[in-house]
Amino acid sequence: MLEVEIDGNKLTVPGGSTVMDAATSVGVYIPHFCYHKKLSIAANCRMCLVQVEKAPKPLPACATPVTDGMKVWTHSDAAVKAQKGVMEFLLINHPLDCPICDQGGECQLQDLAVGYGQSGSRYEEEKRSVTNKNLGPLISTDMTRCIHCSRCVRFTEEIAGFQELGMPGRGEHTEVMTFIGKTVNSEISGNVIDLCPVGALTSKPFRFSARTWELSRRKSVGAHDGLGSNLIVQVKDHKVKRVLPLENESINECWLSDRDRFSYEALGSNERLQKPLIKQGGAWQEVDWTVALEYVANGLKSVIEEHGADSVAALASPSSTLEELFLLKKLTGALGIKNTAANLRQQDAAFATAGVQWLGQSIVELADNDAVLVVGSTLRKEQPLLAQRLRQSVKHGMKLSVVNPHNDDLLTKVHGNVVTRPDQLVEGALEVLVSVAEQKGVAVPAHIDASGITVSEQAKLIATTLVASEKVGVLLGSLAAEGTRAGELHAVVAAIAELAGAKLGILNSGANSVGAQLIGFNTLADAFAQPKKAYVVLGAEVDFDTASAPKALAAVEQADMVVVLSPFQSCAYDYADVILPVSPFSETSGTFINLESRPQSFNGVVRPLGETRPAWKVFRVLGNLLGLQGFEFASSEEVRDEALAAGIEGKLNNAPAKAVNVKAVAASGLARLAEVPLYQIDALTRRAPSLQATVDAQDAATLRANAATLAQLGLVAGDKAKVVQGGEAELVVAQDDALLNEVVRIAAAHPLTRHLDAAAALQVVKA
Amino acid sequence: MATFVKGVVFEGVEFENPDSWRLEEYVKRGGYAALQKIVNEKMTQDAVIAEMKTSALRGRGGAGFPTGLKWSFMPRSFPGQKYLVCNTDEGEPGTFKDLDIIKYNPHALIEGMIIGGFTMGATVGYNYIHGEVFEAYLRFEEALEEARKAGFLGKNILGGGFDFELHAHHGYGAYICGEETALLESLEGKKGQPRFKPPFPASFGLYGKPTTINNTETYASVPYIVRNGGQKFLELGKPNNGGTKLFSISGHVNRPGNYEVPLGMPFSELLELAGGMRNGKKLKAVIPGGSSAPVLPAEIMMNTTMDFDAIAKAGSMLGSGAVIVMDEDTCMVKALERLSYFYFEESCGQCTPCREGTGWLYRVIHRIEHGQGRPEDLDLLLSVGGNIAGRTICALGDAAVMPVQGMLKHFRGEFEYHIENKRCIAPGY
Repeated sequence: MLEVEIDGNKLTVPGGSTVMDAATSVGVYIPHFCYHKKLSIAANCRMCLVQVEKAPKPLPACATPVTDGMKVWTHSDAAVKAQKGVMEFLLINHPLDCPICDQGGECQLQDLAVGYGQSGSRYEEEKRSVTNKNLGPLISTDMTRCIHCSRCVRFTEEIAGFQELGMPGRGEHTEVMTFIGKTVNSEISGNVIDLCPVGALTSKPFRFSARTWELSRRKSVGAHDGLGSNLIVQVKDHKVKRVLPLENESINECWLSDRDRFSYEALGSNERLQKPLIKQGGAWQEVDWTVALEYVANGLKSVIEEHGADSVAALASPSSTLEELFLLKKLTGALGIKNTAANLRQQDAAFATAGVQWLGQSIVELADNDAVLVVGSTLRKEQPLLAQRLRQSVKHGMKLSVVNPHNDDLLTKVHGNVVTRPDQLVEGALEVLVSVAEQKGVAVPAHIDASGITVSEQAKLIATTLVASEKVGVLLGSLAAEGTRAGELHAVVAAIAELAGAKLGILNSGANSVGAQLIGFNTLADAFAQPKKAYVVLGAEVDFDTASAPKALAAVEQADMVVVLSPFQSCAYDYADVILPVSPFSETSGTFINLESRPQSFNGVVRPLGETRPAWKVFRVLGNLLGLQGFEFASSEEVRDEALAAGIEGKLNNAPAKAVNVKAVAASGLARLAEVPLYQIDALTRRAPSLQATVDAQDAATLRANAATLAQLGLVAGDKAKVVQGGEAELVVAQDDALLNEVVRIAAAHPLTRHLDAAAALQVVKA
Repeated sequence: MATFVKGVVFEGVEFENPDSWRLEEYVKRGGYAALQKIVNEKMTQDAVIAEMKTSALRGRGGAGFPTGLKWSFMPRSFPGQKYLVCNTDEGEPGTFKDLDIIKYNPHALIEGMIIGGFTMGATVGYNYIHGEVFEAYLRFEEALEEARKAGFLGKNILGGGFDFELHAHHGYGAYICGEETALLESLEGKKGQPRFKPPFPASFGLYGKPTTINNTETYASVPYIVRNGGQKFLELGKPNNGGTKLFSISGHVNRPGNYEVPLGMPFSELLELAGGMRNGKKLKAVIPGGSSAPVLPAEIMMNTTMDFDAIAKAGSMLGSGAVIVMDEDTCMVKALERLSYFYFEESCGQCTPCREGTGWLYRVIHRIEHGQGRPEDLDLLLSVGGNIAGRTICALGDAAVMPVQGMLKHFRGEFEYHIENKRCIAPGY
């Protein structure tokens, strides 16, 4: 510990602290631009110059290590003179047109200029102007405003993992830019907007649509993945204008994924429903809620009377709130309906856990592991910020290994890397298991037949690390959990975790998959395999959010009655009988339980659009209409309290429900890697135009394979390919050498591919 | 082409002989004997450092830091890789001495670096050569090849049980890459911009490993010191200013060029060596240590000696030893405009005061030179300069300000005349 005096306050700080750290710890604010607690120290803006005893020159607080007995003055005449000098330099070439700048009112330079700037300028020479850059559909530039703090550059390199921005040029010709012809394509790129202390980088979708002081700030929770990022939703005239991160060190830190940041565009989509709809004589009629709900109540009653409760299924999106799911479950339970499911993309009945599937530990604990193995995940797309956090852990020594059916770059140092065919992920994981068992000197569990498995060097490396490390995590990704051999994979990965003394985690998709399971929603929708007479569908779009869209569509189309609760118009027009406009997460109060089992409640940030109603209220009224007991809730908090009355912790268990037999098999021929694209994860992201304009979204619309496979198929990049797999699709071909031979990467849950059935035989020819 | 009065760096070099730079010739005049001496006499690392300290050799790159002390900072016991780097990124206007060392006596540098490598336990060295002297770079590569073939570089050098490999690397002409940490960044393949210090290169240098960086002339002086002892070198110069120094004399003299003379030689003698003032003109002012050194008027210069301490006392810096001589016809406003343009152009752009301030300084001086000066401009220049100096990551900020301060200190009247009369006081302009 070192003793230091800051502006007369004596304090002790740990060795290695900077003057900035010491000042922050006692609440002394030192003006700064380039310094950011999550980024490396650049010391280039010089705004944080302070006076230090015995130092002949003012020193930058951000980069000056505290020495024992140091005396610092942050606001002495000498310090302020230096700070004002820097401010003058920053302003001479900065446009002084704050009223027309999108950052006006929330600009660090503007704020600090109040304290450190002059009312006039001594600079009477010509000002610099800089051409704007195209950074893609999410980030707008006004590069003349740039003060060269390099935060954005450091963010892309250090946090996002790939230096998409750089600072070529010298002196005052220095400019922040991308590689020639490239845009910023990171899945967490929007954070540079928050980091930019001036109006050089602003949000393209938000730009010039409101001034910061007109916006109300309301807390919410991210609705697209299980991390549960904390949000500040900014609202004007009951419209969501912008979404920013709310700092929560144990969840999203100060970051936000682009998915959580920009999906709000869908909230104002012209596909939003505003009135309940009933199909009568083949035509849709707008009706009022009473009519619609009576229709639903009577319809459900008559189907149950005629065909029994087992002829009805309730399907929900795993991003529905806890309250919605609880009341839907309560309603169906009271009617005797047993078939309820969320996480509709899971398709292997053998994948069953003893309890609720979750991360297996907290996010912070996960990041603190010595070694982590991820099996079957497009981690950067499934959980963008979790991938970011693990990237930082790797910098601090974590050994991160993967077993994946692709070789996607995690933009960090990967310790061990086993790449398999999509249908051979089980065998890839088995290699690790066999090696772990060997090193532990124990046999592979009896229900797992690993004969014929040869352990590769990489698998051995992973196993050695898992066995040798103290704190170990093993994660089963969504890609694995939603695959056809999920049960086998789960068995193998669980065995690895058990033998290696690791905590097993399951990365399910959806913002509330833990909550859905807790309520009692199955993770498997066998409702489509054995078609029902009636379906109630909450939030999910069966043509996208299910394992097999053709099967799901066939099932709902043959049903007598389909009730869809959704904020949006969709192809439910074709098959539904009733469509009820329900609130997206921004228009309802509710609770998401994140992957680490943390319930986070939020309020609606704007009032429901038109006659849209929160789904929990819809179910509550429906319960009353059906004459059911226990639907007298006055608030969503009451619903939540009842839903969580039995607690969460005791129900979490990732262990297999029963031993699943595993047998290594060989595979050959063309195999499809069918992942859910980053921006097709749910109904909201699908309808966010800016996200759909990203490179990632465009890539998802292509058929990708490595050079050898393309040659084998007689295709070259740029060709159009016809894919036949159950249904048909026509896709542009792109080359992706991160895949093995005979693997074609064709997105699932995509408008162009939704007629394909991933379980059917695959054929690819030139179109 | 250089002239020497007493040769250390150029000892025995025959400038007329086109092969004088070659290994064979260098060995003939006693080259690599210092290395041989270390091996034969089993000199220890500490013994070499002791000789360096005795010699009072001060860094020839500009800062004048005692070399022996710098070498002793290197954590020799550090178990990992350590590096030795030579800074031949000679970019300061007026300086052209290292170029001649590489052209006419490259093996002195190579031998000096091998001895440095041995002394500091560094097994790999790099010579970073300015990008605009490509021929010199090619010659140095050739000299390196000679040394490798002769076994002076590589494994178990001369059977002495130590290894040293030396690589040449050329930059692309950015002045800032002569700043030692920017040089390291550039050597690592990154944009050449200075690092914030601490940590210093001795603990976190090239690729994050302990690194010592010295100037070309510094290394080239080492063989002499080892061969003849530090005391002999010290006696060539004066106390605290040991040895000889290369002065690059440019400007209004009859014979501009490099001159190797003992430190402490009166300036008047040096001027004589360079053939005196051109066209019999009167001396007006001298920039004694490269473009960043404050200018000194003739009367001060004619009464001073050429060594670190004397020039500092006179109010300037010996710097790299680039002596820019200006006669009575020189317009000081135009001279400063040119100097300021250089720093404006060469600022790396990393930190605010230098990026924004160098352009401001230049533009104001440019205005004055072009008849648009205002009386308050001179105080503005000093005020802006004061906000740059001492506020930046590296010394380029100070380097940009010192010429301004020097000019306004000694020649303020000329600037005022320029502002008032919109033309120059000097008759030649």
